[in-house]
This record gives sequence, structure tokens and C-alpha cells, in this order.
Amino acid sequence: MLRLVDVNTYYGPSHVLQNISLEVEKGEIVCLLGANAAGKTTTMKTIFGLARASSGTINFNDQQIERKLTGDIVKSGLALVPEARRIFQRMTVRENLEMGAYTRANKQEIAADMNYVCEIFPRLRERLKQIAGTMSGGEQQMLAMGRAMMSRPKMICMDEPSMGLSPKLVETVFDTILRIRDEGMTIFLVEQNASMALNLADRGYVLQTGKIVLSDTAKNLLTNDLVRQAYLGS
Amino acid sequence: MATFLNLLIVGLATGAIYALIALGYTMVYGIIELINFAHGDIFTLGTFVTIAILSMLGVTAANPPSTMSWVLVSELALACIGSFLFCAVLGVLIERVAYRPLRNAPRLAPLISAIGVSLVLQDVGKLWFGNTNVSFVSLPIGSVQMGPVNVDVINIFVLVVAIILMAGLQLLVTRTRIGRAMRAVAQDRDAAALMGVNVNLIIGVTFFIGAGLAGAAAFIYSLKFPNTYFYLGFEQGLIAFTAAVLGGIGNLVGAMFGGLIIGLIYSLVTLIPATVLPHGGNAWNKAVIFAILILILVFRPSGLFGQNTPEKV
Repeated sequence: MLRLVDVNTYYGPSHVLQNISLEVEKGEIVCLLGANAAGKTTTMKTIFGLARASSGTINFNDQQIERKLTGDIVKSGLALVPEARRIFQRMTVRENLEMGAYTRANKQEIAADMNYVCEIFPRLRERLKQIAGTMSGGEQQMLAMGRAMMSRPKMICMDEPSMGLSPKLVETVFDTILRIRDEGMTIFLVEQNASMALNLADRGYVLQTGKIVLSDTAKNLLTNDLVRQAYLGS
Repeated sequence: MATFLNLLIVGLATGAIYALIALGYTMVYGIIELINFAHGDIFTLGTFVTIAILSMLGVTAANPPSTMSWVLVSELALACIGSFLFCAVLGVLIERVAYRPLRNAPRLAPLISAIGVSLVLQDVGKLWFGNTNVSFVSLPIGSVQMGPVNVDVINIFVLVVAIILMAGLQLLVTRTRIGRAMRAVAQDRDAAALMGVNVNLIIGVTFFIGAGLAGAAAFIYSLKFPNTYFYLGFEQGLIAFTAAVLGGIGNLVGAMFGGLIIGLIYSLVTLIPATVLPHGGNAWNKAVIFAILILILVFRPSGLFGQNTPEKV
């Protein structure tokens, strides 16, 4: 469904992504592991056109997207839950969800989807009129995920959804990821919390200073020596 | 007492014009964090376009209309819409040519570009109407007695038009899809793009509306004041900019109230007698306004309405 081939991205003179190739099949949860500054967020930004690949191809649903505008990539069915959530702080929860459905016109479908999102995240239903920036970090994460779902995407990318959350909330977030996958969503997950991510994912890639150094099933990665030493702390 | 009440009404009307201009500064700052120094000069060209349209329709300062008629009202409406559209399109062009190519450059670059555009527009105005005062058409509307005060009807007209425009803007920004997109781009440009918002288009729309409001302000300015010249917008723009800073730059409601407050101060300063300040308050109103600007920047740079109010665009 999503395929990156030999993607290179630069920030000024620094070569952040070096020949990245990876693939996510329909219905899979795939995770990308890596330490700080390995290039995980840049990978996400490059997929969505917020950073430009200098070479290589990115394919989504049989379309080349590496030169497309961010808005057009989103319209083609890809959604991002960005790092640090990036919700619209001074808008209400409802307005944030409506922004998620910005590319869509059918009001009844949007209302139905808002209802669906509120079913998955009951806390959001209670807080529809609240200014989003006044909610707790966990609630804001749920809003960011709900907002991404409001575009009715075929695939969701999530950049560190567990960042800054308590262990209990991390579990809630990961349960939700499993639930929406079971309802047919394809998910590409960037994580520092390697053990949680690998327990959830089907396959994984390991990114080190801009290069993919490992790629295997999540099960095998959990027992891989390099992964255990570098990311699982044992 | 009657003088005071009269100055109050004049101050509100003047302030409403400042508020309309201040909205353009604050909208542009809110969405791309640029102080659009050319905004005041867009206003100047708006006053010239108003004069040009009315003279094409045969309404000139040399040959003023003797009675109000529906024909005259529709000619005035045409001048207002024409000035709005001219300034709106000019604003969009300036953004496209002088600001967008510099969007990722260091912050000083677009600022210098804005000052450059300001000088170019002043010279365009000078070329068009010369280095001299140009008179507006004076309308045959008098004054009404309201209690103890004899009020010029034009002040009421100015206030009504300005309030309609500001209410319209507020509705657009808070209630419509495009207004929501404007707020989203102002709050987080990348996140807005991730929602499928065409960021360049929304920035263009913001310039269209902000500059258009300056055009409408230029039209009502032409009804209330006697004349214009090529440098007018530079001065009026700085005063309106002070209003935007007073309200909290980036904040729409702040700009509206900031404009009204600055207008009131500008007007009421004239009450200060010559025994207190040399030559009386009338000679000091600009000094007072810019002293206020300095005081806000030093003591409360976020302005009266702070930064955390939800209606930033």
C-alpha cells in the first residue's frame, strides 16, 4: 500500500535519510524503530511532503506521491498523527475534528464519522465544546488520533503516539491502534517505546543515523540481539 | 459636556476606521508573522481609487452633489466595492510577488521587502495624483440633534458601515469552513496542511480580506475627512498598527477594540487646554498615540487581549 524506494532527504547540508526503502502492506501494522535523531520524524515528513525527498520514489495506493502537495497526499487517503500531536490549541475539540474532515463535503457522513470517533474515544464526546489546548496530554493524543481518522483515510501514520504519556495511557493508545486495525485500517507507526510497538506490530524496521539497518517480523525483532541491546534495554 | 460627547462620537467613528485598517495588520501578522508595512499605502491607493471611481461617475469635489438620492447612494456603494476589490487584489499580488518567495528566508528579509513595497506604492500614488492634497467629495448630509449633542450624520454612517464589516469578518472567521482553515493555518501551518488545507490559498485569502478591509476603510475615510495625499496611509497606517499592537497583534477582536480605543484617545486628547500642553492637545495627538505604542511594547507586548484568546487569525 505504501512503498518507499531509495529515498534520500537533506536538511541543508546534512544527509538525514540515506537510501531508505520500506513497505507497508494493506491491513498491516508496521513499526519503525530508532533512537533520537535517527530520522524517524523526517521519514514521516518526507512521506507527507513536509520535507522533500531529493531522490527516490514514494508510492501510495499505486500513485507516485513524492512530488505532490501535502493536501493532495492527504486527499488520496493517507493521514498523519504528527509528533507532539500538533492539535489546534485554540480551537474546540469539535472544531479540531471538523478540521480533520476538511477535505470532505458530505455532512451526514462527517457527522457519522464524528460519532464513530466519539465512540472510540468517549472522553472526546464529553469535551466537544472544550478548547483543545486546555485538555490533558492523553486527551490531546486521543484528539490527534480522532482528527486523523476524520479524513476517513485508508492508512494512518503515527509519529510517537506514546510520547509523554503515562504507562496506563500508553496502553489505551495501543489498544486503540489494535482496534482500528481490526476494523480494517493499515497503520505505520514510528516509536521509541520499542517493546510496546513490537508487541503490537506485524513487522518492523530499525533506523540508525538515517539508514535502515534491520527489517524483520516483529516477533523476530523482539529476540534480535541488536534490538534487545539498543532498544529494549536488556 | 456637549463638546465631550461630540468628541466621543467623532473618536468612535475615527476609531472604527483605524480598527478596519488594524484588522489587516493583525490578520497578516497572525497568519505569517509579518508586519505588512505596505498595508497603509494600500489604504492610500484605496482613497485614490474611491476618488477615481466617483469622478468616472461624474461625482467630483469640484462639482459636489447637492442632494442625497438613491442614484448617489448606489454610486457610493460602487465606489466602496471598487475600492475593496482593488485593494484586495493588490494585497494578493503583493503577497505573491514580494512575500511568498521569502517565506522561508530569515525574518528580516520579508520585512525589508515590505518596506520596499511601501515605498513603491507611495511613488505610484505620487505619479497618479501628484505631490499635493486631493480633495474628497463632500456629501450633502448635515447633522442631527441627539439630546444635548449636534451629531454629524456622517459619523453615524461611518460607524454603521464599519460595524457591519467587522461583524461580517467575525462571522466568516468563526462560522465558516474557510474561516476555520484561516485559524488553523495561523495556529499551526504544517498541521493545517496535514488536514488537506491549501496553505498558500488560505494565506492569499487572508491578504485578500485584510487588504480589502483597508480599501473599505479608505472609502469611509473619504466620506468623513476632507482630503488625501500620497503619504496619508503611511501615517494612518502607523496609528492603526499601534491599535493592532494595543489589542494584541494577531488577535482580531483585539484589533477592533484597539482601533476604537486609539480613535477615542486621538479625539479626546484635543480637550487638553493650551495651559497644560503648549499649543493645546490638538498638536499632541500623534505624540500621545506613539507614546502609548512604546508603553505597550515595554510593559505589555502581548497587548490588552493577550495571546490566549481563541480568535487569532
